[in-house]
Amino acid sequence: MSSLKHEPCISDPDGFYQELIDAVQRLSPDDALAFSARLNLLLANHIGDRTVLREAIEAARKGLENRK
Amino acid sequence: MATYQYPVYPYHPPAFADGLAPTAQVVIVGGGQVGLTMALDLAQRGVASVVLDEDNTVSDGSRAICQAKRTLEIWDRLGVAAPMMAKGVTWNEGHVFYRGERLYAFNMQENPHSKFPAFINIQQYYVEQFLVEQAMQQPLIELRWCHRVTGLETAPAGVCLTVETPDGIYTQPCDWLVAADGVRSTIRRQMGLSFSGQVFEDHFLIADIIMQREGPAIRRFYFDPPWGPEASALMHRQSDNVWRLDFQLGWNVDRDEELRDENVFARIRRMIGPDTPFELEWKSLYTFQCRSIERYRHDRVLFIGDAAHQVSPFGARGGNGGVQDADNLGWKLALVVQGRAGQALLDSYDDERRFAAAENILNSTRATDFITPKTPVSEVYRNAVLDLARDFPFARTLVNSGRLSVPAHLTESSLNGADELRGSVRPGSPVPALPLSVPDNAAVSHLTDILGDGFTLLCFGPANAELHVDSPLGLRLLHAGQDFRDSDGSIAAAFGVRDNAVVLVRPDQHVMACWRTPDPATILGALAKIRGEC
Ligand SMILES: Cc1cc2nc3c(=O)[nH]c(=O)nc-3n(C[C@H](O)[C@H](O)[C@H](O)COP(=O)(O)OP(=O)(O)OC[C@H]3O[C@@H](n4cnc5c(N)ncnc54)[C@H](O)[C@@H]3O)c2cc1C
Repeated sequence: MSSLKHEPCISDPDGFYQELIDAVQRLSPDDALAFSARLNLLLANHIGDRTVLREAIEAARKGLENRK
Repeated sequence: MATYQYPVYPYHPPAFADGLAPTAQVVIVGGGQVGLTMALDLAQRGVASVVLDEDNTVSDGSRAICQAKRTLEIWDRLGVAAPMMAKGVTWNEGHVFYRGERLYAFNMQENPHSKFPAFINIQQYYVEQFLVEQAMQQPLIELRWCHRVTGLETAPAGVCLTVETPDGIYTQPCDWLVAADGVRSTIRRQMGLSFSGQVFEDHFLIADIIMQREGPAIRRFYFDPPWGPEASALMHRQSDNVWRLDFQLGWNVDRDEELRDENVFARIRRMIGPDTPFELEWKSLYTFQCRSIERYRHDRVLFIGDAAHQVSPFGARGGNGGVQDADNLGWKLALVVQGRAGQALLDSYDDERRFAAAENILNSTRATDFITPKTPVSEVYRNAVLDLARDFPFARTLVNSGRLSVPAHLTESSLNGADELRGSVRPGSPVPALPLSVPDNAAVSHLTDILGDGFTLLCFGPANAELHVDSPLGLRLLHAGQDFRDSDGSIAAAFGVRDNAVVLVRPDQHVMACWRTPDPATILGALAKIRGEC
């Protein structure tokens, strides 16, 4: 069983980040949300490992509050 | 209705001295598909029952239409599958559409040599009619139509019911009460049991129409259909050229307005196109819920079917789950009534079927959450799944238009014994209706045909050829190669038999234990759990 990687794995972090922002920054908030949802699903399937996915969901959720 | 004439069953006024009926061993309240299955199962085991129903006919409207393979196997054991098969429309495949494009198809039939298809579609009134006709042939079943239960008193030794008829009230005492009185169960309310769960904020308009239309019988589910404003729609073929259309309308609708003929007709027209002639047979507007009571056994009162649990219909798990309740309870209640097993056996009904109902509720809840996303954000994710499903096969597995009823595998049951074979069919699983042949008996074609409704040992291999064992519960031994031929090896493969094996099957045709070479004492040890203290 593997667990969520915390150490850097992306070889060109600045390039990747720019690509990601370029893809979303001119989208309306609705489309940006749709983009994030699609990207999440594509990557989640690529990872596949339920333990890793659960840890990632927990890590992403940390510190965010439920809206009333 | 144009295609169906409602039968009227005979009402007999109560004629009991002092308004007190003689004590019945078992009373079943509710003659719906679950209560009637219960009565037939008990009768087949030699136990008499009185069935009280407030009405004198069958289901009003088609309601449940999808009857699953496991239900057909149970009805087959009770001798009532044949008329269902003759009337029903067989189907195995579901197709899922999104904005007019077919996303994918799935097939529910895991073994093409099974005795029954994955599903038949048959209107609930036919199901109930065939069950009633079968029950009328059974001297051990007393059907009392227009006898409505209005109250009850429970005591350690039994239950006393108040029954109302057009000719007055009487008291009906019984040793055991089976509550099969549906989702608005009087028994449940009278006992003050909370029936809690989840309401889905959505309305579904159900229209049954008569139309001549060819093509294969498949389940068609449309997300965001191109023809209309509905969020989703479902289409199913039933018998008599009746088609079930189901439209998802949303939460904030004017119910009366939606049910007006012209509005219903407009929706149907948009879906089926302008040219096909049709006739509207039945319409109804629903909101759906998933809920359950906490325990299904309360001493001498046993809850089955919708009286115990309710699910949204997108998995066809309501009626099919209820029939499995009856299948599970029948043999246990019979053994207890006959003094052959202790009352504790009935707690296993509660355990096993609560486990199964939890699975049904989980599956139905997840499907309904997908079909009716609860928040704008969950809708974004739902649509992302649908958008990706066109090009990416993985996303199709996330699309949930209903996870259709499959039999419960009671893997956690305390009744389960050894698990030495580790095939796909293990303790707790129902025995699949796989093909076999029996020398000199052409009438027998599948494994479930030879199991009957008692305890059975299926013996494989030379080491078990001489096995003999006797139990007060009754135990039939069937030797592979001798009593039946596993012609294509699929039976051995399903249980994981390599050379020697013994499989103990329960009276409801679920597996109880799997060994390699057990001695009689081991087998009797497993059966001791059933007898308990009696
Ligand atoms: C639109 C719709 C579609 C569905 N589709 C499917 C499907 O495709 N497949 C599926 O498996 N399930 C489906 N279901 C669910 C299915 O209809 C129910 O789960 C099933 O009818 C439950 O059977 P039952 O015998 O427990 O209860 P019921 O069918 O409700 O029967 C209860 C009986 O008890 C009687 N009764 C009630 N109160 C009293 C009283 N006080 N005294 C005496 N008698 C009483 C009633 O007259 C009735 O005959 C669907 C439901 C709906 C609404």
